[in-house]
Amino acid sequence: MLVLLGVLVVVAGFATRRNPLLVVGAAGIVTGLLGGLSPQRVLAAFGTGFASSRAVTVFAITLPVIGLLERHGLQEQARALLARFAGLTTGRFLALYLLLRQITAAVGLGGVLGHAQTVRPLAAPMAEGAAERRHGPLTDRAREKVRSFAASADNVGFFFGEDVFLAVGSILLITGFVNTTYHTHLEPLDLALWAVPTALCALAVHGCRLLRLDRTLEHTLRPAPEPARPDGVAR
Amino acid sequence: MIEAEWFFWLVGGVFLVMAAQMLTDRSNPRRLGTAAFWGLLGLGFCYGTWVADKKAPAEPLGAAVLVMAGLAGFGFTGRGTPRTTTAAQRAAAARKHGNRLFVPALTVPVVALVCAVGVKRLHVGGEPVLQKGSETVLGLGIGSLVALVVAMVMLREKRLSTPLHAGRSMLESMGWAMLLPQLLATLGAIFSVAGVGDQVRRITTAVLPEGSVFLGVVVYCTGMFVFTVIMGNAFAAFPVMTAAVGWPVLVEQAHGDPAAVLAVGMLAGFCGTLVTPMAANYNLVPAALLELKDQYGPIKAQLPTAFLLLGCNIAIMSAFAV
Repeated sequence: MLVLLGVLVVVAGFATRRNPLLVVGAAGIVTGLLGGLSPQRVLAAFGTGFASSRAVTVFAITLPVIGLLERHGLQEQARALLARFAGLTTGRFLALYLLLRQITAAVGLGGVLGHAQTVRPLAAPMAEGAAERRHGPLTDRAREKVRSFAASADNVGFFFGEDVFLAVGSILLITGFVNTTYHTHLEPLDLALWAVPTALCALAVHGCRLLRLDRTLEHTLRPAPEPARPDGVAR
Repeated sequence: MIEAEWFFWLVGGVFLVMAAQMLTDRSNPRRLGTAAFWGLLGLGFCYGTWVADKKAPAEPLGAAVLVMAGLAGFGFTGRGTPRTTTAAQRAAAARKHGNRLFVPALTVPVVALVCAVGVKRLHVGGEPVLQKGSETVLGLGIGSLVALVVAMVMLREKRLSTPLHAGRSMLESMGWAMLLPQLLATLGAIFSVAGVGDQVRRITTAVLPEGSVFLGVVVYCTGMFVFTVIMGNAFAAFPVMTAAVGWPVLVEQAHGDPAAVLAVGMLAGFCGTLVTPMAANYNLVPAALLELKDQYGPIKAQLPTAFLLLGCNIAIMSAFAV
């Protein structure tokens, strides 16, 4: 029963808004020691955990080129490009991005799009560009909202697309865990098929919410008197 | 064969160079702590190769991870003033370069795609060109390097330090959130070794009334959701909740279809990932990347979707799986 104190440490840390790094570090140490691990083994667990999860952090390698392009106006150009497509509102554009993210993840290309490589340099400024064309200059709050929804489109598309692909980590984790623990045989294909209904629900639910974003923006921002044309930035 | 470890060394090397830049950045009030954090991260990336191989002791790396957590957690890291262009300069540059700017930006995903689909099948001397299972990660790395070369040639940028400074200031703005996902992977491992799953099973079997299959579904899906919120990822919650409810109650007692129960259970966990700051790589890092004032912005945008989809998963599981 004592090992559950580790869970309590996380919950209490959450509740008192401590820095998550400290909370997780403390919870790991507490649980490990209460679970009978020696301090040395706890330390080793932190080391092996870090070493085997390095792939989560490698997206940092895309940052220099993205940063360089942004110095030269990549976000401005992305905004200007979207401002030229009259029918493409913020909501419609983000719903399309959601669909694209889901499809690419479902065919095993989850690493191709992402927050660092596509949302910050392309998708978020494009969504802003579409909003600016329709509503004129954005307030800070509206800009934050559009950007947050751009991030959400990426997450929802990725989470509920990738499980449709057979060789993805979570499917292999399920088969690996169940086949060794319960001595049965689950096929990745069956699991992937059962991910389809939720994937469709996710597309419908979040797609509708993205489309509704247009109306929310309309309410919060006064419509621009005439369609704002950015001063010739677009070519 | 191009190995994933080479790529980790490259990433580690980039972190080390950026740490050196941070050390000399006098606009950062906490430059020593910041440089120490990213320097240790870079060293850890390289040393991790031998830990993963079990050729070097893991304890020093574990100690380094705890030092990093302390540095960032107690506020010894900070950020300098980014060296960037003004809004007017950027607008002028956008007019000058136009849509050509998209070429290097799209090079990253396109090369990653080509590696994941095409180069994956290439063999030289009987060995695959890219290490098996790491094609997309390697593609992302190769794509970034190719894009960097294309961008530097196109923009006539001669100094490599310019893109590195630009990337570094984005890293500084993400700060501690960068380390959290890797720390959480450890917590999951420690939880399972220490037997947290068994304890949760004892509690749930004591609480759950026998015979109600729908209640079992609700407990399994909600449990996946809540544990994912606490642990920051569904992979750590899955063994705990499956051993506690999913397998014994829904598959064995209620004779549910195991594939459907477990697949939908995992997806119920993903709904939890959408709402937890613990899943820093999906929720907090993007907030920093997009320069949001409210670091919970993405979570707020996802909150209604997450709860609606949790409901969908419960409905799907009780309709089709059990």
